[in-house]
Amino acid sequence: MKFTLSWLKDHLETDASLSDIVERLTAIGLEVEHVDDKAALAPFRIARVLTAEKHPDADKLQKLTVDAGPEVNGGKPVQVVCGAPNARAGLVGVLGLPGAYVPGLGTTLGVGKIRGVESYGMMCSERELELSEEHNGIIDLGEINAPTGTSFADWAGLADPVIEINLTPNRPDATGVAGIARDLAASGLGTLKTPPVNAIEGEGDCPVTVAIESTVCHRFALRRVSGVTNGPSPEWMRRRLQAIGLRPINALVDITNYITFDRGRPLHVFDAAKVSGNLVVRGAKAGETILALDGRTHALPEGTCVIADDAQVESIAGIMGGEHSGCDETTTDVLIESALWEPLAIARSGRTLGIITDARYRFERGVDPAFNEPGLDLATRMVLDLCGGRPSRATIVGEVPDTRREIRLPFTEVKRLTGLDVSADEQVALLGRLGFAVTREGDAATVVPPTWRPDVEGKADLVEEVMRLVGVDQIAPQPLPSTGSVNGRILTTAQVRDRLAKRTLAGRGMVESVSYSFIPEDHAKAFGGGAEALRLENPISADLSDMRPSLLPGLVAAAQRNAARGYGDVALFEVAAVYRSDEPDGQIRVAGGVRRATAGHAGSGRSWDAKGAAPVGVFDAKADALAVLDALGAPVANLAVEAGASPWYHPGRSGTIKLGPKTVLAEFGEFHPNALKVLDASGPYAGFEVFLDAIPEGKRKATRTKPVLQLSPFQPVKRDFAFVVDEATDALKIVRAAEGADRKLVGEVRVFDVFSGAALGEGKKSVAVEVTLNPADKTLVESDLEAVSGKIVAAVAKATGGTLRT
Amino acid sequence: MTEAANLEAELIEAVRAAPDEAALEAIRVAELGKKGRISELLKGLGKMTPEERREEGPRLNGLRDAVQDAILQRREVLAEAATTARLAAERLDVTLPLRASPLSRGRIHPISQVVDEITAIFADMGFRIAEGPDIETDRYNFTALNFPEGHPAREMHDTFFLKAGADGTRKLLRTHTSPVQIRTMEAMKPPIRIVIPGKTYRQDSDATHTPMFHQVEGLVVDRSANIANMKWVLEEFCKAFFEVPSLNMRFRPSFFPFTEPSMEVDIQCDRSGSEVRFGQGTDWMEILGCGMVHPNVLRGVGLDPDEYQGFAWGMGIDRIAMLKYGMPDLRAFFDADVRWLEHYGFRPLDMPTLFGGLST
Repeated sequence: MKFTLSWLKDHLETDASLSDIVERLTAIGLEVEHVDDKAALAPFRIARVLTAEKHPDADKLQKLTVDAGPEVNGGKPVQVVCGAPNARAGLVGVLGLPGAYVPGLGTTLGVGKIRGVESYGMMCSERELELSEEHNGIIDLGEINAPTGTSFADWAGLADPVIEINLTPNRPDATGVAGIARDLAASGLGTLKTPPVNAIEGEGDCPVTVAIESTVCHRFALRRVSGVTNGPSPEWMRRRLQAIGLRPINALVDITNYITFDRGRPLHVFDAAKVSGNLVVRGAKAGETILALDGRTHALPEGTCVIADDAQVESIAGIMGGEHSGCDETTTDVLIESALWEPLAIARSGRTLGIITDARYRFERGVDPAFNEPGLDLATRMVLDLCGGRPSRATIVGEVPDTRREIRLPFTEVKRLTGLDVSADEQVALLGRLGFAVTREGDAATVVPPTWRPDVEGKADLVEEVMRLVGVDQIAPQPLPSTGSVNGRILTTAQVRDRLAKRTLAGRGMVESVSYSFIPEDHAKAFGGGAEALRLENPISADLSDMRPSLLPGLVAAAQRNAARGYGDVALFEVAAVYRSDEPDGQIRVAGGVRRATAGHAGSGRSWDAKGAAPVGVFDAKADALAVLDALGAPVANLAVEAGASPWYHPGRSGTIKLGPKTVLAEFGEFHPNALKVLDASGPYAGFEVFLDAIPEGKRKATRTKPVLQLSPFQPVKRDFAFVVDEATDALKIVRAAEGADRKLVGEVRVFDVFSGAALGEGKKSVAVEVTLNPADKTLVESDLEAVSGKIVAAVAKATGGTLRT
Repeated sequence: MTEAANLEAELIEAVRAAPDEAALEAIRVAELGKKGRISELLKGLGKMTPEERREEGPRLNGLRDAVQDAILQRREVLAEAATTARLAAERLDVTLPLRASPLSRGRIHPISQVVDEITAIFADMGFRIAEGPDIETDRYNFTALNFPEGHPAREMHDTFFLKAGADGTRKLLRTHTSPVQIRTMEAMKPPIRIVIPGKTYRQDSDATHTPMFHQVEGLVVDRSANIANMKWVLEEFCKAFFEVPSLNMRFRPSFFPFTEPSMEVDIQCDRSGSEVRFGQGTDWMEILGCGMVHPNVLRGVGLDPDEYQGFAWGMGIDRIAMLKYGMPDLRAFFDADVRWLEHYGFRPLDMPTLFGGLST
């Protein structure tokens, strides 16, 4: 919403300065977004170049004599040195005199000497005056109807500051200058002086009747004014319209635009000669179109509310009129429409048609239903004043909806919700100044909101009215009451896990990425997703269409983007949600990561202390996954690791970490080439996902005391065993069997060598383990060692069929 | 007599000249061993008369002790030299560069870091952290938050919708974290003090808008929480978060469907340079929206608005991260460019706390 300062002062008697007004507007909730104040241009005058001759000592400069009117230099020409290519005798432009501040240059002019020639001013370009970016030459006003010496700002209508407010959607009353003035006056910044609208009787019936066949129209008032002379609107009106960015058309059209901004009341004018028969307000029929005033032909969706005559659709209700019956200089009889439309319906039509107009802006917020006929009378008055003519009586159909409502406001409510102390008298006075009808009843009041405030429904709304007029800055901050004790843990287990997982993975040299929750459909499908219920109806682009089933496609794609930039050795992780269904419990937390090329835990690339640059592989991913599980308190020693994982992993180089037979805690591995192909990714990749919600939460014990530490006085003993087993045998089976051979004695079982070779036989491998034996009650003697060794060998043989290598 | 003295001088010289441990040992065996020269001389004492013995005994014993001492001394010297030589041989070029440690390579994303900062501050004010799903229903995202039917936010050009289900209803991606207010108030009774960080989604894309972004929402509901308390909470938060001793904040009346009265909050700052400086300057920068929970919202979750009251606020996590740490473009947050992450990211052990300072 834009308006000028002088326009505001038509409605508000005030001595307040522009900056005070601007500050107050923002303080009462009418946030000022921009002020275009060209006051700085006041000293610049319109001037005519009399002579232009080449500067004696400079090729590109000219010595001008300029007529700047009778007030300057005693009416004698002023000498100015000018470098503009378009400077010439006869040009009428804009002159700045010594002492004037040139905003576009940031300097104040003085008397200067340029290459030996004195210069008493400057002919300015548009950029120098911050009017535009134009700087190819000085301003050339052409032949204008103003004497030299006239203030350029006054002549160009720039002297009136333009204020733009960012209006919240709940305030239709402030879509007009009068409403804004009312708010300012209520806040104490002046007196409201909006003139009343006098009813106009008119003579004779309006020859055109109106039928309402659509629920979108509540009320429709129409009047004909015959014998008008339509031409340009008066200069003051054109200036105001131009200042707020509207293009003046002709008096009849300009009047409707003016009232739209002056009172927040959109109107429409038809050229009566072009309307055939009577008007009907109805839904558009299938296939109907209209060439609207924006010069475009709009196909009207069936049912769109329109105003039609016997021949065609003449106007889109509440949004835009039609070209056919528009008013131009030939119009002699005009039909003025003032109608009341259903806000939601106008909003819907406007969105569907993609038309944004000042009328729609107001109707969809809700115009004052009580100003329907006054709006028509005001427009009629202005038409009579500016274009002459004879008014008919108005045709009025439909009903103004009854919006009257009573709100009970206990005077304590302001204090309760805001902390502000505002006396009952002041509350009553403030609301009264805004047009609320207030009836006091002891400690409370019954308040009836004015017709122009559809947003006020309850007492909280009234509190806001009082608060914004008193000033939010009057509310002194008050500490929240302390809880009175030291705060306990505030994070849920899931939140703690997120944080630990992130810091653990970052501590392993990985870099955290945050990527979009939606990914391309083919990526989703390649990683177990692509369900219809998780596809967006209206994605912002085709490749952000599906809620991700896994973090891996996003991570691999991100790593590949880095590789394309020349950073191929990257280790990325993300801890975030993936989506298994559209229900809340289908959103699960995952810690995922990928390492690319040589970005292993120890670092990437070649280094003198490493054996070349090893590509990342399944064991990098396994280590990452286990590190997360360990940090999150999963019982890592008891977890089962099984060969193979989901189909997007390499079938022979991936694994699944489980707790018990069913609970999958993590998957890790290298990727299936088909999956990488879908992601358009190449290069060694290893990745993992840990399913954080699947990790069982440890029982919260009553005490934080740890179990008593039992230290054995006897030294541990280490024994090595090498087993020959089938190539396909899981090494973990051997470890678990050895561990289980003697629970009391056997401690860590560590695999220290794996090899296969012809000597072992076809399809065999050797797995060598180092077993630590922890004697608890005596030093082990040879017979004890033999006994436990025998148990270990037997257990491994039973579990795997493996034999001790000899 | 001179024989013994000569012998001592000769032997000590030999010991001193012994080039290594083995030579020294050879001397010891030759002189002091069982069959050694000095040992033989000492054995001769037994055949002497007591007078001779009294004369020769101390002399020979002195000779033995002197040679023994010389050997011991020489042994120490040789051991020292051997150690020195070994160490010299073990020398490595310690200037060889090592690869950066995992802790120095790893990075935490600024969003995670800022969420931790927010958590640390609000934990101190007695808040806990609440969360909710990204995929929401129309009821939680709009209706329960007092958005009227036909509100523009409910349209396709603002909100992402999922494909409609068999029953015709369609889920949506939450446009704000406010649905979690409703979920929390449905699940627990006041007093409530929660902060809700999370992902949010809107149909938007430019330098300061991305289709996914992050918001943090706050909610206080009890029997007395009012705008004065809200101003305190938000002022304290902003000072703590931006780590400035004082901050000028401007609360402007505004409008949101789910709060009444509603306000927007600006922070006074200096935007003349390349970065935004708080606590100085004459510009205002909008930072958050807030207000008293709308009576319709309270009623919707079964709370009597005449008995319970409270306030809520919401702000962009990405936005306050940009303001605090100076990232110019929001889109880069979600691009996973490792150069950006290394530059703007945080080290794994830089855990924001109030006792150690939010940032270091």
